[in-house]
Amino acid sequence: MRERDVPQEGNATLAGHRKGVYAIADDGKLRLVPSRGWEVEEIVTRQAVEDLERRATQARARALAGESSPLEYHMYRARMDVELLSQVTGVWRWRVRRHLRPAGFARLPRALKLRYAEALGISSEALDRVD
Amino acid sequence: MPERFVHAHASHCESGVMSSLLRHHGLPISEAMAFGLASALSFAYLPFVRINGLPLVSYRMPPRAVIKGLERSLDLDMRFETFGSPPAGMERLDALLDAGKLVGLQTSVFWLPYFPPDLRFHFNAHNLLVYGRERDEYLISDPVGETPVRCARKDLEKARFAKGALAPRGLLYYLTTPPAAPDWARLGKRALARTARIMLAPLPFVGVRGMRMLANRVERLSASSGGEHARLYIGNIVRMQEEIGTGGGGFRFLYASFLQELAAETGYAALDGLASRLVEIGDRWREFALAAARMIRGRDALSPGALAERLRALAADERLFFQSLHRAQRAWAR
Repeated sequence: MRERDVPQEGNATLAGHRKGVYAIADDGKLRLVPSRGWEVEEIVTRQAVEDLERRATQARARALAGESSPLEYHMYRARMDVELLSQVTGVWRWRVRRHLRPAGFARLPRALKLRYAEALGISSEALDRVD
Repeated sequence: MPERFVHAHASHCESGVMSSLLRHHGLPISEAMAFGLASALSFAYLPFVRINGLPLVSYRMPPRAVIKGLERSLDLDMRFETFGSPPAGMERLDALLDAGKLVGLQTSVFWLPYFPPDLRFHFNAHNLLVYGRERDEYLISDPVGETPVRCARKDLEKARFAKGALAPRGLLYYLTTPPAAPDWARLGKRALARTARIMLAPLPFVGVRGMRMLANRVERLSASSGGEHARLYIGNIVRMQEEIGTGGGGFRFLYASFLQELAAETGYAALDGLASRLVEIGDRWREFALAAARMIRGRDALSPGALAERLRALAADERLFFQSLHRAQRAWAR
């Protein structure tokens, strides 16, 4: 990639930041060139973000319909899945899955609810709601 | 008290941190040199490690390879500390900063508020430098940013003590004595051998063979149910290639820059030609990324077979390239 070919496409995903990429300058040497982004990169980043957002939206609808617990919504909103939430809380996966159901969530001990809330970076009251 | 710290923009966090840290302590070393001397270039496809249901694809060595690799090859006096409790980790950081130390940290990108929201995923091995503190704010040199930033104490604590895979456990590191000027030729020669060996290793998941294995997997992706899974799968390959500032070349451009610099530093001109070849391979990776992105967006028809073909061609190119690198390394008269 030549320096003049370094994409400057103003990716929304970079939120105004410029990232450093290496490209060949006119003297034939590679050097760091700040880039405003490449559309390709925006496409794949948005794809991943949108996938997680879609899961969160669906989980929210399920929670409002009483089909799943608010924990499922908050899990996806924090860009996690069952595997990751299990890792960061130290709660077995099958237990996390149980707590994703309204009945399992209703029986959550206070301490465990706090542990989930902390891992998700929200308060334990916020964990009960899906707003 | 060392001189005032100067921030430098880099393409990759770990090599950027090590370059700035060493430069601050009197050893001028570029990001590319730090990356190359640590033999950090690689390829790995690990189908058994899943992130959000997608396999791990990496274009470099695992996290901490640059730091540990340089510590070993440059014979650095470094201290690494992890902590059982967040308050202890923050207290220790404060004490080191008060003593005028420049401190490296391992953090989770997800909890760093200054990061662009769309790039905040749960990646626990992001490196940055802390060069000071003003009350409850830390002065941070994050190498992937153009300028230094600030981060509130509670956020930094959360980022340092994030849990899960590669949990940092508050890891901080610093230099205890200034580094000595190295013998670039000797280290360079060793580093080239290591990288060639890894890329050509007779193991299924790494190097050129890892690329071929990934190609086979991509070929079997099904276009059924609208191809949603297939699109996410190939998007993941490209995202790993691109995400943190490699310009789409999966670190190939950064390594080419290392080869150029090593040629200039040691006078071994053969490396210059190799650098140009690697830039061309980096451009092929960009074409792969572009083709994949067009399929993801539906501008071109989804064709896993075509992408698999490109991956196989890349594997063949890289195989020839690293064989040449290996030969050049062996022919390097000392």
